[in-house]
Amino acid sequence: MNPFDYTRADTLEAAVGADGAILAGGTNLLDLMKIGVATPSRLVDISRLPMREIDDHDGGLRIGAMVSNADLARDPRILARFPAVAEALLSGASPQLRNAASTGGNVMQATRCSYFQDPLSPCNRREPGSGCSAIGGVTRNHAILGWSDACIATHPSDLCVALAAFDAVVHVTGPTGTRSVPMARFHPLPDAVGVPPALSAGEVITHVTLPDPGGMARHARYLKLRERTSYAFAIVSAAAGVHVEDGRIVAARLALGGVAARPWRAHAAEAALIGQPASGDAFAHAAALAVQGAAPSGDNAAKIVLAQRIALRALMLAAQGTPDRMPALPASVFEGDDHG
Amino acid sequence: MTQTLNLTINGTARAIALDDPRATLLDVLRERIGLTGTKKGCDRGQCGACTVLIDGRRMNACLALALSHDGASITTVEGLAQAEELHPVQAAFIRHDGFQCGYCTPGQIMSAVALIAEGEAGLDPERVREGMSGNLCRCAAYAGITEAVLDATRVMTAREDAA
Repeated sequence: MNPFDYTRADTLEAAVGADGAILAGGTNLLDLMKIGVATPSRLVDISRLPMREIDDHDGGLRIGAMVSNADLARDPRILARFPAVAEALLSGASPQLRNAASTGGNVMQATRCSYFQDPLSPCNRREPGSGCSAIGGVTRNHAILGWSDACIATHPSDLCVALAAFDAVVHVTGPTGTRSVPMARFHPLPDAVGVPPALSAGEVITHVTLPDPGGMARHARYLKLRERTSYAFAIVSAAAGVHVEDGRIVAARLALGGVAARPWRAHAAEAALIGQPASGDAFAHAAALAVQGAAPSGDNAAKIVLAQRIALRALMLAAQGTPDRMPALPASVFEGDDHG
Repeated sequence: MTQTLNLTINGTARAIALDDPRATLLDVLRERIGLTGTKKGCDRGQCGACTVLIDGRRMNACLALALSHDGASITTVEGLAQAEELHPVQAAFIRHDGFQCGYCTPGQIMSAVALIAEGEAGLDPERVREGMSGNLCRCAAYAGITEAVLDATRVMTAREDAA
């Protein structure tokens, strides 16, 4: 790890505009520093800032950036109104990491592209213009949507997928003021030479808001395909919500994870469901629309089929209703199987 | 610039002078305090061998920047036993042979203590396995570990009921 100076921000004003890398829970940043991918000369610790509250907000919730992943997943209001957010959180990382990791840090976590994580491999995301080592490499964890010839990495978060599906907004304070960006558009897609940063220098995420979920509160699920049932990143995942009235769908939400540099909100799929019965045919059509325009970025065409299947199943599970108790294996594709 | 780190470690207040802010809590515990029960496995938050309780919550000490936790109360595996009497989780690991080489065991035990305190797994083996998924055991003593956690849960619940 390279040497750095450590300072603790006692106020948001002290953190905003500070010259250095923002340290919150540290679970991602310290890891990146240990492997030499992040080399900040100064850490600005924001973990003591008063951003640990979850407040009611117009029927929805306002989540402070320092709320831990564990506290968020256990919050009774999240469990009651945004169960897919809790299920996504509990399907990610480990209990130890969720106790330390923050909401803002989860949004800002770096890609798990193994070439990005290797400082010796050229990477346009780390160094624009240096090239992409993933293209032509091992690509099973790479993008099928929204990628460019400069970068095919995916965003690894589960939380962000559920936040994007349910219209969350990320609130940022910077040296020149505040701005609010929908979660689904917060992470820039790669352009022809690299990937623009989500935050400008000196900006700090202060909180995330979730609007009233309406009739989808108890019809929401997160489903995640991974190489082992616990403690693994998604190959593909989906967050879904469905509100049915008198046998017809009146509202739907769908976002895919593991497929792009941002959580992939499927607006066309949602629109196609309105007015339809909550049937397998309607959900299959929507799932097909969700991967419209998808293309393999390497040897990963299977992910297009897998994403479609996970989207279909997430929609069907959402329509069935959220279980009263969190499943023993959150977001598992084996739920209901007699595998124990 | 030397910075002073104040920690309460297993009930004892300690002031530690740090001349390099790069120290993780794991480094401080092992190399400055001499508490080597907490193990360094992967040093990247993937194996759980370094699990300790920070203000009562289980975390990976390898990914905890020490200075960021100034003022915290830390419990390590050395802080569990009462004199010669093992903590119920420690006793259960011995009873159920919840280890082979023992390297992951302090982290497993600290994680299990927290899992039982969190109270969400109860006596459901699937929830116990999921709740212990942040602790890897390369000897694959998982069956014994799960039995130990379930048994310790029963013992601790019975003690609470008797109290």
